Amino acid sequence: MENCKNTMELIFGTWHWAISGFLIGVTMLILTYFGKSFGMSSNLRTMCSMAGAGKFSDFFKLDWREQKWSLAVVLGAFVGGFIAFYFLSDGSGVNVNPETITQLQTLGIDAPNGKLMPDAIFSVETLQSPKGFAILLIGGLLIGFGTRYAGGCTSGHAISGLSNLQLPSLVAVIGFFIGGLAMAHYILPLIFKMA
Amino acid sequence: MKLARFFLTGIFFGIVLTKAEAVSWYRIYEMFHFQSFHMYGIIGTALFTGIVGLQIIKKYKVKDYNGLPINIIEKERGFWRYIIGGSLFGLGWALVGCCPGPIFILLGTGTYAIAVVLTGALLGTYIYGLLKDKLPH
Repeated sequence: MENCKNTMELIFGTWHWAISGFLIGVTMLILTYFGKSFGMSSNLRTMCSMAGAGKFSDFFKLDWREQKWSLAVVLGAFVGGFIAFYFLSDGSGVNVNPETITQLQTLGIDAPNGKLMPDAIFSVETLQSPKGFAILLIGGLLIGFGTRYAGGCTSGHAISGLSNLQLPSLVAVIGFFIGGLAMAHYILPLIFKMA
Repeated sequence: MKLARFFLTGIFFGIVLTKAEAVSWYRIYEMFHFQSFHMYGIIGTALFTGIVGLQIIKKYKVKDYNGLPINIIEKERGFWRYIIGGSLFGLGWALVGCCPGPIFILLGTGTYAIAVVLTGALLGTYIYGLLKDKLPH
């Protein structure tokens, strides 16, 4: 019985970083074995092409049918998120550092308590306020513009690129941290203390 | 169906990232405040697995699924695009706590507000396409 309980916890609780990291590395290797590369942000470009952006910029003049495999990965990721959240979780998740929770409290951001995302940024009520909507939209703009400018995101540079010991990817990852640290330490407090 | 194996790989990826909590805004905040080893452990282990795997593929000239030689694409040379583009993405990553993969995964977990982030990301990609030739790379 004890063993069974532990196994359940292993699956339904937070997965250990070593297991998670290994499986993410394996995902990249599987796609390499399929003759493709591991990169999520390029799908955003493909979607722009599908929507007809090729009429306005040559950057989007590509045959999106050749990227169907990548759209299939993203569609799968969506389904995977659904399965993991609704069938493989016991709601015990996201046990962040208590210090983090105290710090977030001073910014008026709610503690996880089993949630993946804070209501202060992602609830339907927040979404309906002009400020809440602007935060989500600006965050998205930075992600879309930044990843395409840098030619990749966490999967393309931090995992695939660095795995292949690419110097440009190291520069990109240093950039990720310059921006991320500036936002987390200086800009987020400004945004949320204004509330 | 030719796309089935990619769809299944995506499901696997989505489950792993959700269960690792790498899709969680809280984990990204905690990472940028150096308050937990969790995200660094994940990225470090993924990287270790990737480096070892790619070295094996190169050393033994492993053939891909279709029997063709595996050709790992090298990144284009440059500096400005990586440091500026990377920093802009970093700002967004720490603000809304997700990168492009998790945007799609979080839609699956029923975080509907992510649809606004996705709209912004598509617009951002489009704006880059318009400005591309005017930017330093």
